[in-house]
Amino acid sequence: MPDSNGTSTGTIEDRAKHVRERANWMRRRLLKMIVDAGQGHPGGDLSATDILATLYFDVLRLDPTNPLAPGRDRFVMSKGHCTGALYTAMAGRGLFPEAELASYLKPRSRLNGHPNRTYLPGVETNTGPLGHGFPVGVGIAVSGQIDNADFRTFVLTGDGELQEGSMWEAAMFAGHRGLGKLTVIVDRNRLQQGANTEDTNGLEPLGDKWRAFGWEVVGVNGHDHAELLRAFDAAAQPRDKPRVIIADTCKGKGVSFMENQAGWHHGVPNPEQYAQALAELEAEIA
Amino acid sequence: MGADTKSNAALFDCRDAYVRTVEELAVTDDRIVAVVNDSVGSSKLGKFRERFPNRLINVGIAEQNMVGVGAGLANGGKIPFVSGASCFLTARAMEQIKADCAYSNANVKLCGISSGVAYGELGATHHSIEDIAWLRAIDGMTVIVPSDPWETEQAIRAAASHDGPVYIRLSRMPVPALERTSTRFEIGKGEVLHEGADVAIIANGTMVHRALKAAAALKDGGVGARVINMATVSPIDKDLLADAAATGAIVTVEEGLKQGGLGGAVAEFCAESAPVPMRILGFPGFLPTGSASWLLDEFGLNAAGIASAAREVLDKRA
Repeated sequence: MPDSNGTSTGTIEDRAKHVRERANWMRRRLLKMIVDAGQGHPGGDLSATDILATLYFDVLRLDPTNPLAPGRDRFVMSKGHCTGALYTAMAGRGLFPEAELASYLKPRSRLNGHPNRTYLPGVETNTGPLGHGFPVGVGIAVSGQIDNADFRTFVLTGDGELQEGSMWEAAMFAGHRGLGKLTVIVDRNRLQQGANTEDTNGLEPLGDKWRAFGWEVVGVNGHDHAELLRAFDAAAQPRDKPRVIIADTCKGKGVSFMENQAGWHHGVPNPEQYAQALAELEAEIA
Repeated sequence: MGADTKSNAALFDCRDAYVRTVEELAVTDDRIVAVVNDSVGSSKLGKFRERFPNRLINVGIAEQNMVGVGAGLANGGKIPFVSGASCFLTARAMEQIKADCAYSNANVKLCGISSGVAYGELGATHHSIEDIAWLRAIDGMTVIVPSDPWETEQAIRAAASHDGPVYIRLSRMPVPALERTSTRFEIGKGEVLHEGADVAIIANGTMVHRALKAAAALKDGGVGARVINMATVSPIDKDLLADAAATGAIVTVEEGLKQGGLGGAVAEFCAESAPVPMRILGFPGFLPTGSASWLLDEFGLNAAGIASAAREVLDKRA
């Protein structure tokens, strides 16, 4: 976890180990939330878990006791439906009590199906409809650019989400403005709600598209915490270009029967499946 | 220019008051920024750009991104005035207005330029007559339709001080400066500009001076028409509406669609709290080709049309 100067200490391996343990906890906890609530988006949650764990448990400079401090790093969850992953990461970082995760999707819970900043400080903007978080993240980064501020802005998008036109309006403008403190992560699990992205409205060649819009493109294994940590390294990012990290991920990652299955976009495990999922995840850290 | 604006009174384009005020605010408050969709010229923000080059953000022709960027700037502590032709600003970016601005309670000021039928001859794609109905349906969105340069300045200042999203509907159609005794503008408060006890005429924007002219004509015929300038459509001034309903007859008039706008807001209040005969003046739907002044006259949005509607609704009351 970064200190007050935003600097993480320890070797990459030590930091990755810490993030890995927290990601495993997130997976177990978010599955329980979905089972208890009887709904959720486990496929996309599990695909994004390692990215969120790396951000919240190592990279993001923020003070959980003062979540709206002007100099905080911003994280915008553009793929707003994956609240299982977001809420476990936020609670794990101390932005709200872990016990509150039990209220997920219950009447008047702060933990709405999609994140809401007026309920939950630390959420930067309300998302859910796809194509919204990224333009807002660009606006945040422009604000920092005007002020010459040193905070960073991170935006996590789905890959299917890149079919929304507003994403490319935002990409074009961020490239034009040379937003060097903006980092977008594409959760490239290749599955949208109904089918493979490439069978629906193909995104490839995805890196070339971003490069053509003026971005620095980095490809990583989105489940390798050390690779993610290196990709998030501020020192490695050009000052005058936004960076996109195309994170190759697996929808449903960590639970064998969910992996790469479009049907788990919003499925709920039955008791036997839940027991099996927990056993697999516990074995991973045993 | 229609018959209602042919007089010796000086006429003003309220965009001038808008940009002058934003510039004045920007001098003392560095949180003020302007965001545009290639509309520096039509928003008259060229001088703002010269004075504050870092604080004029032109996203190009991309309204969804423009409104999202506005919400992001608000997140960064700025007070963004997001300006564009109101037909595109509101329709193209409606979900961004709902989710990024209103639902997120972002401190964004949306300024719809050339609203209503200002772009008369360009046709229904460029008319912005649905915007009041759309915007006032969104929870937490303040909707203001100023009537003249003074009120435009006050609305911009009030919006800058107000913590939350605001839509300010501006016209490019010239209007006279209204005579008023009050020097106070408050969001959510209407004002009585002409006293009368027989019928209440509730108007805003470019229709207010026409309503005043109608009231003068009615007075000559022995009818006392109260003229209420209801600049804020949402939240609407319910106290003033209750007083208006007490006259026993109401006419609303707006440079917008008949359905769902100012007239709709007044009708909702009256239906639940103070049933009273009403006439709602506005446009019926997609409009034919014609100049703004021709369209206003053709659809009865002039002093004669307003006076005629007032007499009709008075007959209903009796």
